Amino acid sequence: MNRRLWLDFLRGTAAAFLALGALGVHAQEAPDQLIRRLSAEVFETIKNDKDVQAGDMRKIVSFVDLKIMPHVNFTRMTASAVGRNWRQATPEQQKRLQEEFKGLLVRTYSGALTQVKDQSVSVKPLRANPADAEVIVRSEIIGRGDPIQLDYRMEKTPSGWRIYDLNVLGVWLVETYRTQFAQEISARGIDGLIATLAERNKAAGAVSAKKG
Amino acid sequence: MSAQTVGVFGLGRRTLLAVLLGLQLLITGCATVGAGGDPRDPWEGYNRQVWRFNEAVDEAVLLPVARGYRAVVPQFLQTGVSNFFGNLSDVWSFANNVLQLKPVESAQTLARVGLNSTVGLLGFVDVASSVNLLRHREDFGQTLGRWGMPSGPYLVLPLLGPSTLRDTAALPVERMGDLVGTVADTPTRAGLTGLRLLDLRSGAIDAGRLLNEAALDRYTFVRDSHLQRRRGVGDRPKVAAEPEERYDLPQTSPPAR
Repeated sequence: MNRRLWLDFLRGTAAAFLALGALGVHAQEAPDQLIRRLSAEVFETIKNDKDVQAGDMRKIVSFVDLKIMPHVNFTRMTASAVGRNWRQATPEQQKRLQEEFKGLLVRTYSGALTQVKDQSVSVKPLRANPADAEVIVRSEIIGRGDPIQLDYRMEKTPSGWRIYDLNVLGVWLVETYRTQFAQEISARGIDGLIATLAERNKAAGAVSAKKG
Repeated sequence: MSAQTVGVFGLGRRTLLAVLLGLQLLITGCATVGAGGDPRDPWEGYNRQVWRFNEAVDEAVLLPVARGYRAVVPQFLQTGVSNFFGNLSDVWSFANNVLQLKPVESAQTLARVGLNSTVGLLGFVDVASSVNLLRHREDFGQTLGRWGMPSGPYLVLPLLGPSTLRDTAALPVERMGDLVGTVADTPTRAGLTGLRLLDLRSGAIDAGRLLNEAALDRYTFVRDSHLQRRRGVGDRPKVAAEPEERYDLPQTSPPAR
């Protein structure tokens, strides 16, 4: 009888340790630590890659897609920028809006990254309550002239912290694109906005294919 | 000509006054808020016209010269010129950091000027940045903003570009803080002013290209970016903003009729 209990106890403890171990593996990386790691990876890659330094967009675009996009809540970003009209859009339109907006941002962001030569990123310590589900992570690109402000709005999700807004030089992206999109939608409707974005992405894609 | 008649970007004082007066008349004449107009840009009609004019002048004159400067002048000279004018601007930034009661930034900026002017050979070498004394750029418009003056409506100035009512009002004070304006010899002063303009414009070439890629409408993109960047204490909303609506999540309350 005692032996039985003892075995059960051992099994129970083992299971508990296994569960704790799994939790440890999935323990959430702190948002500022995540940004620090991603920034270091991005800058390392850019500075050491000759093609990127020469202006090859395709490589940096695929890098951004692979390494950074998984940490971005793009649905929230797009919905926020489109605003009230998001609810009026069909699921198909929403999907296309997200795709085209993502294409625009990845391209623009990658274009900015090709200009990095010898700068580095300094991430400021996080000033937030541990219980906050939404934080702002502040960082700066330093090394040449004026430091460039680069802030991220991040939210806590079960799969880790994700970015939902970006601030460059004091300008929040979502806020700025709200006006851009609203203007386009009031002039040409949601389909008009999708068409405009798709057109620009295609044109820019053609240019970089010629260059690269 | 004495230093008194030197203005911002080489415009004479009388010319500057004339420009501002002309603006005043145009603004009162064109003051309309369109049906879908942005409340921060009541003079959009006028602003867009000046914006188009500025773009035309830039494309015809300034951009080609800046591109040439960038292509021809050796990089170390370009950096030197940039650092030199940056050092001059740091002196004014110091004054404004003091006026805004920012002890840490004031001390760092003073140290920057001291270090760069001596070890940095009159500012040509930015020694301070390499020892982590970063630039804290401040101007009088931001000082006014810090003490509660709201930005006011968006205003595009002829040749000078995007501004706000507050920052335009701060221009005469900005002019006083401009060290280039204290140079007595006219040709030298004009040359320095022109060189600074060239340095600024060539530094902004890449940003211009990014702007073309990022913006659907350049005018509104530049306007919104500029207004965000110039936001000060005086622009904070009087009532706490409502939490942002989450359009990506399902509606929690029934839609309003």
